[in-house]
Amino acid sequence: MRRATLILLPYLWLLALFLVPFVIVLKISLSDIALAIPPYTPTLDFSAGWQGIRNFFAGLDFENFVFLTTDDLYWKAYLSSLKIASIATFCTLLVGYPIAYGMANAPDHWRPTLMMLVILPFWTSFLIRVYSWMGILSTEGYLNQLLLGMGLISEPLTILNTPVAVYIGIVYTYLPFMILPIYSALERMDGSLLEAAEDLGCSRVKAFWLITVPLSKTGIIAGCFLVFIPTIGEFVIPSLLGGSQTLMIGKVLWEEFFNNRDWPVASAVAVVLLLILIIPIVLFQRNEQKQREAEG
Amino acid sequence: MSQIAFEPWNDPNAKPLIQFKNVTKRFGEFVAIDNQSFDIYEKEFFALLGPSGCGKTTMMRMLAGFEAPTEGTILLGGQDIAPFPPNKRAVNMMFQSYALFPHLSVWDNIAFGLKRDGKSKDQIAARVEEMLKLTRLEQFARRKPHQISGGQRQRVALARSLAKAPKLLLLDEPLGALDAKLRQATQFELMDIQEKTGTTFVIVTHDQEEAMTVASRVAVMDNGKIIQADTPQVIYEAPASRYVADFIGDVNLIDGVAEARKGAQETAPAEPEAAKQAEPEAAKLSEHEAPAAASERRVPQPNARGKWLHDKLFRYILGAREDAPKQLPPPTPGESEAAATASRPDVIAPGGITIHWAEGQPPLIVSNGDPALAGQRVTLALRPEKLGISKDRPESANALKGKVIDIAYLGNLSTYHVELANGLMVKAQLANTRRVAQRDITWEDEVWISFRETAGVVLSE
Ligand SMILES: Nc1ncnc2c1ncn2[C@@H]1O[C@H](COP(=O)(O)OP(=O)(O)OP(=O)(O)O)[C@@H](O)[C@H]1O
Ligand SMILES: [Mg+2]
Repeated sequence: MRRATLILLPYLWLLALFLVPFVIVLKISLSDIALAIPPYTPTLDFSAGWQGIRNFFAGLDFENFVFLTTDDLYWKAYLSSLKIASIATFCTLLVGYPIAYGMANAPDHWRPTLMMLVILPFWTSFLIRVYSWMGILSTEGYLNQLLLGMGLISEPLTILNTPVAVYIGIVYTYLPFMILPIYSALERMDGSLLEAAEDLGCSRVKAFWLITVPLSKTGIIAGCFLVFIPTIGEFVIPSLLGGSQTLMIGKVLWEEFFNNRDWPVASAVAVVLLLILIIPIVLFQRNEQKQREAEG
Repeated sequence: MSQIAFEPWNDPNAKPLIQFKNVTKRFGEFVAIDNQSFDIYEKEFFALLGPSGCGKTTMMRMLAGFEAPTEGTILLGGQDIAPFPPNKRAVNMMFQSYALFPHLSVWDNIAFGLKRDGKSKDQIAARVEEMLKLTRLEQFARRKPHQISGGQRQRVALARSLAKAPKLLLLDEPLGALDAKLRQATQFELMDIQEKTGTTFVIVTHDQEEAMTVASRVAVMDNGKIIQADTPQVIYEAPASRYVADFIGDVNLIDGVAEARKGAQETAPAEPEAAKQAEPEAAKLSEHEAPAAASERRVPQPNARGKWLHDKLFRYILGAREDAPKQLPPPTPGESEAAATASRPDVIAPGGITIHWAEGQPPLIVSNGDPALAGQRVTLALRPEKLGISKDRPESANALKGKVIDIAYLGNLSTYHVELANGLMVKAQLANTRRVAQRDITWEDEVWISFRETAGVVLSE
């Protein structure tokens, strides 16, 4: 009985916070747009009872999903999002791995401090931090001032409102999600493995590639998913830093919802996004599962 | 065993493979290795023995290159190894923690070092198969380290370190997790490998029997120091200090004050009157007469009637009676001394010391003690198997009365814990030639503990 309750709890949680909202979004995505509040006419009418449900299935036409294929804005936005997310994830890995490695190899008494520094940015608002990047990256921003002052450039660089600014923003924002799982994998690693590798004839560099990297693989994969999955639907960073040049599905979604007030199409966009994300989420779960098996 | 003695450490011309020269290793303030100088020779099987934390692993890690000595130098083949990183040393180490690569299969773990050498695929495969066979891991080749048992993991670690056939192999407790049978087989396997390849082994073990079995020399360590490094026999039979005697095997330690013995032979104090009378006579006995005198006592002699019968009747059939008993061929000079005393338990070798160990108890006679120790506090170290135990007073140089407190049955042996008159507990070990139920000595029995005057070792510290 108690076991059943314990198992039930997370499912209730999932039901309330994921499944119910998803069903609502799905329902909206299947309705028709209307000039009303809320701006759609529901096609599913529960008050009509069984007849209502029959009517709903009879009138099911997926017109909003079909619409997504007619305008190439959408699939371009999806592809662009995937591309930006992939590149940004890779950049985050390149920045995050050395930091995690440095943390894992730091003297024991330094590690808690370093860990705190990594999660420190979470203590201020995400929006404020992204805004402050505008101040850094703009033509008159700190970065250009610094580079001009050092004489490295003679003309200020245009970074803000370009994809580069989006990448910088994403790497900055999601770095902790990359560092923490890699760090935890590296920290668990037995140092004598590297000694054994060296003893058997590896140079340090070789030992890093043959031992350290494979053993932190689960951390790398977890970190990549933790960055990749939310980045695909990212909306704030491309809107604030990317300007009009950057096309991302999150931004399209926002515009459908609030500028066009086309809730059904926006919901369809969201549903498709979720279906796209299910693939990496399932892969992520499998990675976690494999790791647990390897440890247990 | 009639092989040529392998004792390069006694040969002034032998070139050591490893030389520790005043090596000190500190971790902060803590001294892990304390100013040690010693040599290990090629083809040696050098065993490090000592309590936990005495610096055995540290010693090996310095040889492998994972720690640098704080002071002093280590030479390998006459060359200072300090500038060489671990991957440039012809040394392989088996880690105490095994350090198996968890993401690689057993096969790949063993092949790891071979691949680094740039060997061909076939060579690697052949060598790995050989190692798998040696360590009986063939059917586990494809498994990952977390899918095999602790003992199997240990064998993988062993196989991995053996695979490269290095000049010097460091084994940190290589067989600890194996069952007795497999351990013994692997020990012999190791010795075999060593004989075939001429590899020098340095091995850490907590198992003294193992050290005794495999090692050419055993180094007993304590607190970062090698207390004694010698052949297993010397370490066991003639430990240089109380610490070594106590550390290696079971031992009875009897403290007392030494007194020089009067040069002449004595008989056992068992017959104090007889001893006094026998003394001049025994002293007169020449070496020649001694065995004869001894055997006379033991070979049954006919009495007067028997002689008469023989002389009158049987001499015509059987021939003249030989009065002199039949003798074995004369012993070799080396054996003769031991044999002379061995065959005559009541004739005590001359010289040495006596040890006064308890009020009102006869002093212990120790003929191999140094008379120069006279007046000093000494400890007599006696191995349990050198003690006899009997219900009747035996004829022996030393016989002490006591009571059986406990009997530990060890299968082939039994250890008797006997409390002596002054409360000292001693252990005597006897082979179980009879079944337990038929033994005549049991708990609470009054018994005599006896040992020969040459049975113990006198330690002065
Ligand atoms: N890296 C280190 N830092 C500080 N102290 C150390 C370090 N390595 C070893 N020591 C200390 O040096 C001493 C010797 O350690 P070592 O590992 O050589 O012991 P050992 O003889 O191998 O013991 P065991 O039989 O338990 O394996 C120990 O007291 C240990 O605490
Ligand atoms: Mg150790």
